[in-house]
Amino acid sequence: MAARKGTARPNVSKDDLLKYYREMLLIRRFEEKAGQLYGMGLIGGFCHLYIGQEAVVVGLEAAAGEGDKRITSYRDHGHMLACGMDPKGVMAELTGREGGYSKGKGGSMHMFSKEKHFYGGHGIVGAQVPLGAGLAFSDKYRGNDRVTFAYFGDGAANQGQVYETYNMAELWALPVIFVIENNQYAMGTSVQRSTKSTTLFGRGQAYGIPGEQVDGMDVLAVKEAGERAVAHCRAGKGPYILEVMTYRYRGHSMSDPAKYRTREEVQKMRDERDAIENVRDLLLTGGHATDDDLKAIDREIKAIVNDSAEFAKTSPEPALSELWTDIYA
Amino acid sequence: MATMNMIQAINSALDVMLDRDPKALIFGEDVGYFGGVFRATDGLAAKYGAKRCFDAPISEGGIIATAIGMGAYGLRPVVEIQFADYILPAYDQLVSEAARLRYRSAGDFWAPITVRTPYGGGIFGGQTHSSSPEAIFTHVTGLKTVIPSTPHDAKGLLIAAIEEDDPVIFLEPKRIYQGPFDGHPERPATPWSQHPASDVPEGYYAIPLGTANVVRAGRAVTVLAYGTMVHVALAAAAETGIDAEVIDLRSLVPLDIDTVTASVRKTGRCVIVHEASRFGGYGAELSALVQEECFYHLQAPIERVTGWDTPYPHAFEWDYFPGPARVGKALKRCVEAET
Ligand SMILES: Cc1ncc(C[n+]2csc(CCOP(=O)(O)OP(=O)(O)O)c2C)c(N)n1
Ligand SMILES: [Mg+2]
Repeated sequence: MAARKGTARPNVSKDDLLKYYREMLLIRRFEEKAGQLYGMGLIGGFCHLYIGQEAVVVGLEAAAGEGDKRITSYRDHGHMLACGMDPKGVMAELTGREGGYSKGKGGSMHMFSKEKHFYGGHGIVGAQVPLGAGLAFSDKYRGNDRVTFAYFGDGAANQGQVYETYNMAELWALPVIFVIENNQYAMGTSVQRSTKSTTLFGRGQAYGIPGEQVDGMDVLAVKEAGERAVAHCRAGKGPYILEVMTYRYRGHSMSDPAKYRTREEVQKMRDERDAIENVRDLLLTGGHATDDDLKAIDREIKAIVNDSAEFAKTSPEPALSELWTDIYA
Repeated sequence: MATMNMIQAINSALDVMLDRDPKALIFGEDVGYFGGVFRATDGLAAKYGAKRCFDAPISEGGIIATAIGMGAYGLRPVVEIQFADYILPAYDQLVSEAARLRYRSAGDFWAPITVRTPYGGGIFGGQTHSSSPEAIFTHVTGLKTVIPSTPHDAKGLLIAAIEEDDPVIFLEPKRIYQGPFDGHPERPATPWSQHPASDVPEGYYAIPLGTANVVRAGRAVTVLAYGTMVHVALAAAAETGIDAEVIDLRSLVPLDIDTVTASVRKTGRCVIVHEASRFGGYGAELSALVQEECFYHLQAPIERVTGWDTPYPHAFEWDYFPGPARVGKALKRCVEAET
């Protein structure tokens, strides 16, 4: 096996490691299943898998507290699972069924959960970023110490509205963490072909927003950076930017000719940097778990994912009358 | 002649114009190195170089606005907005700058830009990848709005659009990129190669904007349609056996009102079909014009068959989409109505 760069942290407990392992694995297996259902024609339209990026949301959710909010783009299944939304409701939304989080009306890119403070899934690249600042404004206005995680991609980072938002967020000292999930590609266009900025977090400097680049294939590093960002926001110091360096293993969405990168590039990432394998190594080499323990977790996760798929296949189609509901108050 | 699907025809139009006009250039998200998400610009960056065909960052407002500036100083940019749903960040620039530049500079400057963008439903795209926004452009004085329904028309109209000195919104019905979808998702897809309009000249030809096409002559009722709905209307006519005259408008602004009125005066009945939602849609304008021009010839109320006044849903694709059954019902109502 090739050497991986995940670094052991003496202060991380076995329970935490197992938790991250379980959560990341749930996302990976869920996404694999979604890919299968798509192949079988049970999911239609657009479906953007999060495979490869699991450590980003799992690490940041580990740094989040009760009442904190999150909002993201269309590549949203991982965020929903990581904040505790029910895999059944997510999968059933993908299949467009009544049991889905948006009763089948939103689809893969548009789901929400009031209970989990998940403000969506947004299909328009960059649109969620100012909304995230607005959520943070609302928390500040109420006088609590909650923070908002506003996730967006390296491609979205080139939308003008992101910079209007940076300016307002710093001006108004909003408790928002801008999380740039830099997976190095926006559809078929690499970061190098879309900007001359060498870092994306560095663009915050012009507005006075501090930030840092984080290894997004190392869940522990992500969590630690998340804690710094959260502390900054909770202390009332305004926004913070995390540029999390990550990688998507699958195509942009389900039909991706993958002509813009080599198979070797993807395989190298999988072999050398995979976030789940990193934690697995830490668990095994640290003597926290045996192969059998991990196999038991695998089985547990598989059962959850299979249940979600079963639910998504058997949940009824929404009633036609739903087509005309939820348009006006 | 070559056999082309709509994507190939569009690619061919772009190729012809890059070759003919050194001031023409193409840019947009993923259009250069990658060749476009629908492959419409495939091979053009390699053939003409990055100076003529290149990638832009995800910045729709910036893409269209810089194109306006390029156009004002002598270039002829053709930009791609990946899906019509993403054009809204650039709407301000289209309305406030592109559409009015000529008027407010008293003819000194104008914006000879073409904005190509795939639109419409039938692909399970949900609310952010299925919309039909033509009416928000047709309402803006100073913009032209064009929608092809076949490969042959797509090429000729796109060439004409690029040659136009006014800003043109060129809406491409993405459901019919590969074949003439007639609104029957349950049937196997027909490729363009089985349709006569896939015969496309390889070289230059232009179809003037503002010329409608009577795609089926008939006496019982006039059907006004464009884009995918042309094929749906033809299917509805065939399935109901109603002798409908189906007119493909091809260009919404400028509108070939003469072809429309000549037909309605002949049939005395009119059904308007579009995929976009109903209230304030382009069909409302058509209906008003037909009423104004043909009132004394009308023997039945004008019918509109449209998408519902809801966002485009993820589930219910075929309940939303105005397919041949819905169009057929309207045709029957219209021909059976007594004065
Ligand atoms: C305003 C807008 N422009 C373009 C698109 C089409 N599009 C969808 S995803 C995408 C790439 C986004 O890349 P990035 O922000 O890096 O996110 P990733 O897909 O890598 O997660 C593009 C161009 C869109 N959905 N919305
Ligand atoms: Mg990206």
